[in-house]
Amino acid sequence: MSLWTYANPAKFMAFTRPVLPVLWGLAAAALGVGLIWGFFFTPDDFRQGSTVKIFYIHVPSAMMAINAWAMMLVASLIWLIRRHHVSALAARAAAPVGVTFTLIALFTGAIWGQPMWGTWWEWDPRLTSFLILFLFYLGYIALWQAVDDPDTAADLTSVLCLVGSVFAILSRYAVNFWNQGLHQGASLSLDAEENVADVFWYPTLVTIAGFVLLFVALVIARTRTEIRARRIHALRLRERLA
Amino acid sequence: MIRVVARDLRLAFRAGGGFGLSLAFFLIVVTLVPFGIGPESGRLSAVAPGILWVGALLACLLSLDRVFALDWEDGSLDLLATAPIPLEGVAAAKAAAHWLTTGLPLTLAAAPLGVLLNLPAPGYGWLVLSLAVGTPALSFIGTFGAALTVGVRRGGLLLSLLVLPLYIPTLIFGAEIARRGAEGMEIGPSLPLLAGITLGCVALLPFAAAAALRVTLR
Amino acid sequence: MPDLGAYAVEVLSAYAVSLSLIVGIVLLTALRGRRVKRQLEEMERRRG
Repeated sequence: MSLWTYANPAKFMAFTRPVLPVLWGLAAAALGVGLIWGFFFTPDDFRQGSTVKIFYIHVPSAMMAINAWAMMLVASLIWLIRRHHVSALAARAAAPVGVTFTLIALFTGAIWGQPMWGTWWEWDPRLTSFLILFLFYLGYIALWQAVDDPDTAADLTSVLCLVGSVFAILSRYAVNFWNQGLHQGASLSLDAEENVADVFWYPTLVTIAGFVLLFVALVIARTRTEIRARRIHALRLRERLA
Repeated sequence: MIRVVARDLRLAFRAGGGFGLSLAFFLIVVTLVPFGIGPESGRLSAVAPGILWVGALLACLLSLDRVFALDWEDGSLDLLATAPIPLEGVAAAKAAAHWLTTGLPLTLAAAPLGVLLNLPAPGYGWLVLSLAVGTPALSFIGTFGAALTVGVRRGGLLLSLLVLPLYIPTLIFGAEIARRGAEGMEIGPSLPLLAGITLGCVALLPFAAAAALRVTLR
Repeated sequence: MPDLGAYAVEVLSAYAVSLSLIVGIVLLTALRGRRVKRQLEEMERRRG
């Protein structure tokens, strides 16, 4: 038994069928607990007032928006190197989820920025990078939808994902160079001296776990759908030939 | 490789080859800007470097779908793929030809168009220099995008969606050089960074483009 | 309901937007999943 066993679509389907409801449940529980804890049972920040409650959504979604792309990159590499279909389909399945998280991060950021910085949008490096990340996601999804043959689409999008990752990182640093921003530094780095206080930190950990679980559950569910869709595609082709 | 470049150049200069279209587009963009933001020369000269860079970038984008599309339609791309030179070489040659027919003319045209936008005098040299250094990156990135979308029906819009985000770093550094040059400031590290991006694109992207072409030709 | 002070609108709208986006993607995933599953089952049945 190795991890590659699950690269077989049938094995993947059989393994994820019982796992998926558990994941959904855990994701819902962690998100529910984290958000309710954060929303009802934490104090306001002495400078930011109650807007600090946005933190519990903003930070995890921003984190997962980037991690989703990283996961797509890994899945694309596995597809290019080992040609496992599940991997390509998982990359495809993750993209819309990543878009959703990016949108959440952008929206909550804008809503938070309005009272704190006095503006909805600022061409700040972090905000700009997220907008660019959003554009990369859109291009990736559009390419998947434009190519009919699933294997060709998987190959092309994987190449795009590799090149896109390099340019996304490049853009991140270019944008940093282009404009120093309003946004505070990383909220979660371990060595930062001025970090987030524990009262805000513990609920955030729970919501981060919730977002991770939600992401995994969504990707697995979507991958299962993609596997089925691919099977339908194959059956249709066979019928047409017969 | 040189023959591929020469062939593409001949095709581009022939009637209906599309050479000059992007130049005309660049001119039109620059003409439209004052209508959009008003004719005051101070405001125009403030935005001139950025507009010229964005205009050149869009003009460059306009001609990208021709890089492989015609060869794909008439089958000569298959011939090129089976030719004794590697497909990476073909991609690099195509990108070089694209630069010679669009990037280079756009660079040369940027200075006279700068006059229209009242670009401050110290900016001309830096604008032309930054375009000369930056446009090869645009051509090579664009060739990669064209290789990705060559098999896609009506791929033009998709091509823009894929390529424009990839253009961001080049645009940032290029426009930064032109802007600082126009304001008479020190150029700083943008120029070596832009050159680095261009060299990296020239060195690596033909491989990615060839990989995409192989998939489509399979 | 905790006292949200001056920023009640912002906080509530941030939560509303985020939750509706999350619910949206979950619903889309579930609906498409169910549709594709049904389609596949029907095809398999037709093939016997």
